Amino acid sequence: MAAPPRFWREIPSRYNLIGTRCRNCGKVFFPPRYICPNCRRKGNIEPYKVKGRGKIVSFTEVHSPAPGFEKQVPYVLALIELEEGCRVLAQLTDLAGHEVKIGDEVEMVFRKISEEGEVICYGYKARPVKSS
Amino acid sequence: MRKVAIIGVGITKFGELWWSSFREIFIEAGIQALGDAGISGRDIEAMYIGNMSAGQFIRQEHVACLIADQAGLNPIPCTRVEAACASGGLALRQAIIDVASGMHNIVIAAGVEKMSDVPTEGAVGALASASDQEWEAFVGATFPALYALMARRHMHEFGTTEEQMAMVAVKNHDFANKNPVAQYRSRITVEDVLKSPPVCTPLKLLDCSPISDGAACVVLAPADEAKKYTDTPILVAGSGHATDTLALHSRKSLTRLDATVEAARRAYEMAHISPSQVQVAEVHDCFTIAEIMAIEDLGFCKKGEGGKMTEEGQTNLGGRIVVNPSGGLKGKGHPVGATGIAQAVEIVLQLRGEAGKRQVEGAEIGLTHNVGGTGGTAVVHVFRRMN
Repeated sequence: MAAPPRFWREIPSRYNLIGTRCRNCGKVFFPPRYICPNCRRKGNIEPYKVKGRGKIVSFTEVHSPAPGFEKQVPYVLALIELEEGCRVLAQLTDLAGHEVKIGDEVEMVFRKISEEGEVICYGYKARPVKSS
Repeated sequence: MRKVAIIGVGITKFGELWWSSFREIFIEAGIQALGDAGISGRDIEAMYIGNMSAGQFIRQEHVACLIADQAGLNPIPCTRVEAACASGGLALRQAIIDVASGMHNIVIAAGVEKMSDVPTEGAVGALASASDQEWEAFVGATFPALYALMARRHMHEFGTTEEQMAMVAVKNHDFANKNPVAQYRSRITVEDVLKSPPVCTPLKLLDCSPISDGAACVVLAPADEAKKYTDTPILVAGSGHATDTLALHSRKSLTRLDATVEAARRAYEMAHISPSQVQVAEVHDCFTIAEIMAIEDLGFCKKGEGGKMTEEGQTNLGGRIVVNPSGGLKGKGHPVGATGIAQAVEIVLQLRGEAGKRQVEGAEIGLTHNVGGTGGTAVVHVFRRMN
């Protein structure tokens, strides 16, 4: 799917959860934005690493996969609201014996995302936080 | 700004038209529309073509040129308009703006998509390119997956049920059964929908619109000249277009399309009507949940009551506002670039009283609602009978 440079360029975000933050209004963006939509030219964007913890806003079990994801069917995608206030879409992982619900707490982990052609793409997935 | 009217419409059969090429289907829709308007090719001054992705579906770009060429209409200006599944609705809007501005008089707005020349996975991948490639498609999202996230959240917030979503599909197949150009003429039951295979939970196969080929075409003229061409011109009373974020994760709400709300507000304001005056609407039901959200966002009912409104039959013949009498994207088919134009074709037929067994009796005000992607673009038009 992705040509190597296109994937490589986003590695800081995909491997290390580097988003951005507007110094003017304090809003955090993950995935990163390069201009603050609230402050626009008055804003001042800087890199910002998110902690990668949040709660599930919605989820779906995918039976009809996207290209490159055929081997993973069925897989669960969730829209997650991070502690920093931004939302991100991620696949859920390590779900053995876990029934997914809206509101579940999750944390981002490093995983293989997809394999297609010559590039094997790694990045973040999210797993349930074990309540002890 | 001049007022604009539709003086002719044309539409091909929708479906898997394996025997027909991209070129053949747009010419068929165009010939029908010109015949309906009683004009010749020489009268056309400009064309706007809604097409999402001929590049991915048939590996052909530069289709505006191709269409003018194959229609024998060189050298008139022809412009392709792309806004994913809202390409057709947006092409219509650009054509309206062209006539309204006084730049041109007789203008074509058409839409065409040939989706069945690639395997299903190829079509799914092409459609997914209307989502955020870096942060949605990259993690495995497809269009059904993104709408499934909205559906699950709508169920969570408002108690919408899978049965209510299924009722949208049942109604739209019933209507498609009455529409000779529809892809699916088969009637289905709520049980059929609920038992169909899961695509992305809670959405099942029969909650989803199909992959289709098809083309549609309308002819626009200044409203004060429209009666020269036809006894039944249909006035474009209002036009609204709005954008929202490309990706779902940047939205404030998963259960409301702000672009729809805003495009509708603009269209209602221009038409000087309130939502309750709309008698018939073609809304963007790419998935059953999308129709439920659309009737809420268009103001036909309160937020969260779309499922209930559907269940009570208020969107069916005899109901408060008849929704998707053509069969909608679900029943009639969804050749993405053609959809927005096809919606206008249906509303024109309804307001002329020419919609056959699916006719909404006495309809004078109709609406179309076309969405691109998961709601990054919305285009709403209000049409009126001219007396």
